[in-house]
Amino acid sequence: MKILRTKTAVIGLICGWLLLFGVVPILMLLTSSFLSQDAAGFYRLPFSLHSYRQLFLDPGYLEVMLRSLKLAALTTLICLSAGYPFAWFTARFSKRQRLVILILLMIPFWTNSLVRTYAIRMVLGTHGLLNKLLLATGLIDSPLRLLYTDTAVLLGLFYLMLPFMILPLYANLEKLDYRLVEAAHDLGAGPLQIFRRVIVPLSLPGIFAGCIMVFVPTMGLFYVASLLGGARQLLIGNLIQQQFLNARNWPLGSATSVMLILLMTVMLAGYALIMRRLTARGQRS
Amino acid sequence: MTGKRRLHQQISAHNPGKIAVSDSVLSIRGLSKAFGGLKVLTDISLEVSQGEFITLLGPSGCGKTTLLRLVAGFEKPDRGSVYLDGVDISSLPPEKRQVNTVFQSYALFPHMTVAANVAFGLELKGFRGRELNDRVNQALDQVRMRELADRYPGRLSGGQQQRVAIARAVVNTPRVLLLDEPLSALDARLRRDMQIELKRLQRELGIAFILVTHDQDEALSMSDRVVVMQDSRIAQIGTPREVYEDPANLYVARFIGDINLFPGTVIGRNGKNELQVQIFDRRVLARSDKALQPGQLVQLLLRPEDLRLTEDAAEKVPFFWGSIMERSYRGSTLDTTIHLDAGPVVRACEFFDEDDPDFDYRVGERVKVSWVQGWEVVLPDEDPTH
Ligand SMILES: Nc1ncnc2c1ncn2[C@@H]1O[C@H](COP(=O)(O)OP(=O)(O)OP(=O)(O)O)[C@@H](O)[C@H]1O
Ligand SMILES: [Mg+2]
Repeated sequence: MKILRTKTAVIGLICGWLLLFGVVPILMLLTSSFLSQDAAGFYRLPFSLHSYRQLFLDPGYLEVMLRSLKLAALTTLICLSAGYPFAWFTARFSKRQRLVILILLMIPFWTNSLVRTYAIRMVLGTHGLLNKLLLATGLIDSPLRLLYTDTAVLLGLFYLMLPFMILPLYANLEKLDYRLVEAAHDLGAGPLQIFRRVIVPLSLPGIFAGCIMVFVPTMGLFYVASLLGGARQLLIGNLIQQQFLNARNWPLGSATSVMLILLMTVMLAGYALIMRRLTARGQRS
Repeated sequence: MTGKRRLHQQISAHNPGKIAVSDSVLSIRGLSKAFGGLKVLTDISLEVSQGEFITLLGPSGCGKTTLLRLVAGFEKPDRGSVYLDGVDISSLPPEKRQVNTVFQSYALFPHMTVAANVAFGLELKGFRGRELNDRVNQALDQVRMRELADRYPGRLSGGQQQRVAIARAVVNTPRVLLLDEPLSALDARLRRDMQIELKRLQRELGIAFILVTHDQDEALSMSDRVVVMQDSRIAQIGTPREVYEDPANLYVARFIGDINLFPGTVIGRNGKNELQVQIFDRRVLARSDKALQPGQLVQLLLRPEDLRLTEDAAEKVPFFWGSIMERSYRGSTLDTTIHLDAGPVVRACEFFDEDDPDFDYRVGERVKVSWVQGWEVVLPDEDPTH
């Protein structure tokens, strides 16, 4: 009886918390996205679809959205190509080695990612470490413009997001039954065929999880784009930040946020669907 | 059981344990393998002929799996080579060897249906369309899994997974099929059924099978020849009858079936095939053509079914006095444990016949233990504690 009451209390607390800090803000965001801009305050009546119309019809905003998607996709792809072999080999190492590698992978998390982005600036700047090194070795005569390029943004995003790709991939590949690889060998498959027909299909859950964990947050990482890419609007995150803080167009900022949340929801739903299909086959229990 | 010891004469006559090299499919020559400092295989040689059913029998850790992995190509030998149809395949990777394995864990691909699992090897060999389908279906028919072709392995029972694993391997028509304890995960009944089916399949396919087991009954009942392994070495290669009735050493004798040991000393030789042996307080004649010297310590080996219990053994037949410790009725047989006056405890196993007065013995009763003359085996005593 007492346990039951405690349980009810805990569940109630969690629900209340989620309601207060999850559901209510999202509802507020949703509501404000359908309101009108107010130059003096935050927003005002009447309800309107103006923000959404602006978002989809104004070529400028559409371009930011597309560019943002492209950049996020590119980041995801690079993280996947680098993270997959990394996770694979880590999973094949001995227990001790694996632990060391994972700890090394985690250590950067102890430093705020904003601080780490500033660190990248110091490396890439005109008088940064990289340029100094290249000048000193005589490979170049004058400093290269590395900062405030798309490449710099991509590099920053890659650096910040790589662990989010590696960890789910590693968790998946570590569980992969190596005997299946041997079975494929035995049946006549070469390394490439084994990778394509056995390892990749079996690690799909890890691949999906890693891609979502990189793709979705990347679009919101406005400070990476601002600090490394200059004042241009590269990511949806920049757009949102600008609408709320500079342009003081809260409805448009809200609408943009709603779109981002929607995208995230669709991707998570897709992921859940795929996982359900795999479970139904008995592939995962 | 009556024909039992005729074998000895046959063996010495023409040694059926040796197979002509000409029809040999797989030839393992002087294979050695160590992991770190641990010797796992030492100088293993074995010839396997076309369509032969071989079992590798031995206790856990004696190197059975490692031997299969060397043949399949998952490990490289430190010394020695493996020949398939006369060609040295020692340096080929597994995918280039015409050898397939049924793994102990089955190792079915969980993301593919039963049919796709079976088709995997054929697709890699370039089979497509109808031909592919026909072959897959034929293999599934052979293991009676056609109805479940569209299921995923995660939704199959252990026995069904087993069948799929076998179909997936045999569909590639390997020259040799390797099976690593394929039946050990199945319950006793299913296991017997699968033993019979495996045997049938092997006859139908005419492929050489090498099956690993540590179940001696399985080894005896299924194979053409048994390879008994004793930590990293081959202790004996022979037909089931040879290893059971004429074990090469005490280890093999103890490992396969129950055995009663009577320690003794060689007195002398009576002609080519007969030894005089002192066992406890008695001098007995034992059939043996082994080179044993007078004075040498030996063990006289008798299977439980070789022993006879009687009160009035004829004077010529050697016997030992003992008292009955335990009797257990097992349906077709009656097992008796006897404590011999001379010390050892022996086990006898006789066919149950309710008309035989011998079967009325009670626990504690004194009996004479004799044996069927000529069924004994004499081996040098390897164990210094005797
Ligand atoms: N890859 C390896 N690295 C190190 N030691 C190994 C390796 N593979 C096997 N061994 C060792 O070699 C010995 C023989 O192993 P193996 O698996 O061949 O035995 P087995 O006869 O198949 O035993 P079981 O009946 O238990 O399956 C064992 O002591 C094992 O620990
Ligand atoms: Mg084994």
